[in-house]
Amino acid sequence: MDFLKKYPSLPAFIATLLIFTLAVTFLSEAYGTGAISTSFVKTLGKTLCLALVAISMDLVWGYTGILSLGHFAFFGLGGYMIGMWLMFARTKLIVVESMAAADIPATALEIKDAVGTQIFGVVGSSDFPLVWMFAHSFWAQIALVVLVPGLLALVFGWLAFRSRVTGVYLSILTQAMTLALSLYLFQNDSGLRGNNGLSGLQNLPGLDAVSQDAVSIWFFWASAFALLVTYLIANFVVSGKFGSVIRGIRDDEARVRFLGYSVEGFKLFVFVLTAIIAGIGGALYYPQAGIINPAEIAPIASIYLAVWVAIGGRGRIYGAVIGAGVVSLVSTYFTGGQAPNINLGFYTIKWVDWWQVLLGLSFVLVTLFAPKGIGGLFDLISGRLSPDRKGAPLGPDQGSLREEEAEQ
Amino acid sequence: MIRRILAACLVFLTLALTAQAQDRTIQDVLQEHAEAIVKSSRTTIGPAIEAVANSGQPSAQTVLQKWQNKDMWQWSENGFFYAATVAGSDVTLTDFDTGETVAIVSKGDVTQLKPNSGIRAMIGAALVQFQLNDPDAERRREALLAIQRDGEASHLAPLRASIENEDNPEIKALKEVTERLLTISFDKDDARRIAAIKGFTSSLSLDARAALNPVLSAKLVYAEDLPETANIKREIKPGSEALSVRDAFALMVSAGAATAQPTISERKSALSEHIVDGKVGGIPVTELISQEARDHAYQALASEGFVAAFDPAFSMEAAVKGVRFAEVYDEPSAAVTDAAQETLHTINRAVGFNQFLDLSLDGLSLASIYFLAAIGLAITFGVMGVINMAHGEFIMMGAYTGYVVQQIIPDYTVSILVAIPMAFALTFAAGVAMERLIIRWLYNRPLETLLATFGVSIALQQIAKNIFGTQARPLTSPGWLDGALVFNDVLAISYIRIAIFVLALVFLGIFLFIMKKTRLGLETRAVTQNPRMAASMGINPDRVNMLTFGLGSGIAGVAGVAIGLYAKVTSEMGTDYIVQSFMTVVVGGVGNIWGTLLGALGIGFLQKGIEWFNPSNTLAAQTYMIIFIIIFIQFRPKGIIALKGRAAGD
Repeated sequence: MDFLKKYPSLPAFIATLLIFTLAVTFLSEAYGTGAISTSFVKTLGKTLCLALVAISMDLVWGYTGILSLGHFAFFGLGGYMIGMWLMFARTKLIVVESMAAADIPATALEIKDAVGTQIFGVVGSSDFPLVWMFAHSFWAQIALVVLVPGLLALVFGWLAFRSRVTGVYLSILTQAMTLALSLYLFQNDSGLRGNNGLSGLQNLPGLDAVSQDAVSIWFFWASAFALLVTYLIANFVVSGKFGSVIRGIRDDEARVRFLGYSVEGFKLFVFVLTAIIAGIGGALYYPQAGIINPAEIAPIASIYLAVWVAIGGRGRIYGAVIGAGVVSLVSTYFTGGQAPNINLGFYTIKWVDWWQVLLGLSFVLVTLFAPKGIGGLFDLISGRLSPDRKGAPLGPDQGSLREEEAEQ
Repeated sequence: MIRRILAACLVFLTLALTAQAQDRTIQDVLQEHAEAIVKSSRTTIGPAIEAVANSGQPSAQTVLQKWQNKDMWQWSENGFFYAATVAGSDVTLTDFDTGETVAIVSKGDVTQLKPNSGIRAMIGAALVQFQLNDPDAERRREALLAIQRDGEASHLAPLRASIENEDNPEIKALKEVTERLLTISFDKDDARRIAAIKGFTSSLSLDARAALNPVLSAKLVYAEDLPETANIKREIKPGSEALSVRDAFALMVSAGAATAQPTISERKSALSEHIVDGKVGGIPVTELISQEARDHAYQALASEGFVAAFDPAFSMEAAVKGVRFAEVYDEPSAAVTDAAQETLHTINRAVGFNQFLDLSLDGLSLASIYFLAAIGLAITFGVMGVINMAHGEFIMMGAYTGYVVQQIIPDYTVSILVAIPMAFALTFAAGVAMERLIIRWLYNRPLETLLATFGVSIALQQIAKNIFGTQARPLTSPGWLDGALVFNDVLAISYIRIAIFVLALVFLGIFLFIMKKTRLGLETRAVTQNPRMAASMGINPDRVNMLTFGLGSGIAGVAGVAIGLYAKVTSEMGTDYIVQSFMTVVVGGVGNIWGTLLGALGIGFLQKGIEWFNPSNTLAAQTYMIIFIIIFIQFRPKGIIALKGRAAGD
């Protein structure tokens, strides 16, 4: 039972996830009573993917103390990589079908040209840019889902950590990277259809006969499975000696360096690992969303990611999952127009308009008064206390935990 | 033709003017040519127009104008021509020479002269000499500008004739320029044209370029059977950037030097037309899935004579190899094109230099905007070390303040003068409130400050959206800021940019004054360097922090008014500036206003420089600029001007 002692939250998490998955399955339209609509199944599946990327954010921010404002860019890149294959393969099927009606069967070149015209006609081009080199191959694009965010994180992280950019400077730098990437993708000649983005991703090639009801549940299962695996990996990473070192880096980077650890190496490993996790999350998210465009990668998305983790409770993995789940579901509730308006007599509060104000303010309040976030509630139940250090800091570094956040 | 006649008439005019003018009236001239005038045919009307134009009569211009406007009528009673005004069925006839009303007759007794458009154009050309010699200088200028816009060969002679007697030096210069432009386009004498072309050496005028470019217009041709006299610009190899192999072959085909092969799509449609029992040329249709199989089937068809012959070994590259292609000027004279080429070269050099200056001005004004957006941040982030993500929203608040003030005060100048202190007051208050409520508790937690202020930022953004809507609101600048300071055809800068530049300088001055010369600045610097020591000296750090943060926020608000004049006011305008502002401060070096200035200049010039390479794509410029900044920070993580020693904080 060492295993469970080491990961105390694991049984509860696995049980919750399993029950949740089964419940959704048996209430879905495809495999159950139909109490949950297909679009809501998709929302839940997407939420699981957001929880996945929130875990990666928690690893990099809550455990290593790097407030990265670029992880949603990795998320988006993963989505773009899988989206290229989905779009290519499905367009090809449609083109081949439409060309089959002609007198003379089409050559491979004709098919390729027709697919190119279909996909890039919207940006006034018909040639495949170089980045679509592997779009015909499912496995190559799956590999790119991991490789592209991983390599970008590797290069960027290596440059940034090597020159010892830390704290808020690193945050601003990652934000600049995200902005540069989204601006680049907004251009038509980026080869990824500019601001049109990639669309029609919900239709899996060759599975036209299967209804979206079933496909949405499949993706839901895949997301749940990926979340589970990520949760295990994250727990594994933060529990052993490695976890101790990265927490040390968070609280006092200089001291860890003087102890002889390669701080840059540890940071780089976490940064790249989390970028890859984010990329995989994106690859699962965007087929459920159906469309991806550069606006998804805008810097503000990455800040929201930090918001979820902070509200859920940083520095604990289940906190990230709770934060992402709660904020995105509540956000769906309020912005979807389901929340009742509040009539004040002189003014009617429409939640569609005021939800973001509420989110912003609640975020300020959480930062100021509840740095443990929602995850802190579990400490109340289990009776764990924070250390009383009479205001002395836990560590001099900017990412280190606050007195109220840490466990005794 | 007309030009020659005009020239001849001008000579005649000078000789015989005095003799004729005294005893003849314009009516005599008209009567002499009455037959031609009434006939109103383009082929015979020429001498009549010349005669009127060169009659030397003071009323000649009026006659031509009335004639052109179809206001000249002939009275059937005496066959004389009169200016006429029609009222109902009555026609009032006025004599051209005396200007007196001759008679009021009914419509039936007079005939209106209706020159067609060709004749009206001839009359118009004849009128040019009157306009060019008009006593009113402004009229002469207008006529010249009209000729520059839309010149004709017929304008040349009257224009040349009018230069000598011109006494206004400015208009004389304009006439000479116009004469050169017309000479380049219309003169038949090459020597004159070359002289005119050389006259534009290093000129910046758009008209000079517009006149030279048609002279240099050239087209690509198949050059094997080109006549000796052709004015060849250069020989071109097919397959180069200027001429693709496909285009070269098309030129050969259209010159009759090669026969076109049926294209892939033609062959395909030919195949589909000859499908017999699921087979084409003996090959089953289902097997035609590669180009080779199709070519094979096509050849089978061709050998049976069903379709045009096709040579599968044919390649366009081989066909165009060794064949001469050339770019040939439309202008036959090599001397003229050489002179034009040379002059255009000097013009391009002059234009390039001025474009460089213009680009520098653009860069400077962009730098001013970045500096304005960043200077508030230079205080809150640079001096106090507080990451304020709501800084952009303070800019937005300032801009909306300007908009609201303009709704109340309609006079734009007054409203801007009112809006600036209002914006300062409002954002100062917002900044102080934010410092007291949020930032105070997080001074040692910069990352949390970043997130908390981000929460404020999205809340403020949404509130602005709820109040003002998503539509962009205009902030109109006062009339005296409209327009631009124009140096020449290339170099110009709008007054609003100059105003922003001046404002940036003023802010720099204010910042330096407050920091170096006032008590608040002294205390701020003390608190920033060592809060505890400052407190021991009797400074209240809480109060100083609050005021400093308020000051930074207030300056952001004023910057918002300035930026609102330049860009549209929307609830999301803050987000456009926040990352750039942080970049400016970080690149420049935290804690140093000169660094911020250098950062803004560097980023502004860099962005404009990159845009110059790829003018159509400002997004790309921003992308590359950010990448450049990321790389720059690798080498100077502390910015251009790095603080040293204890003040640096490490």
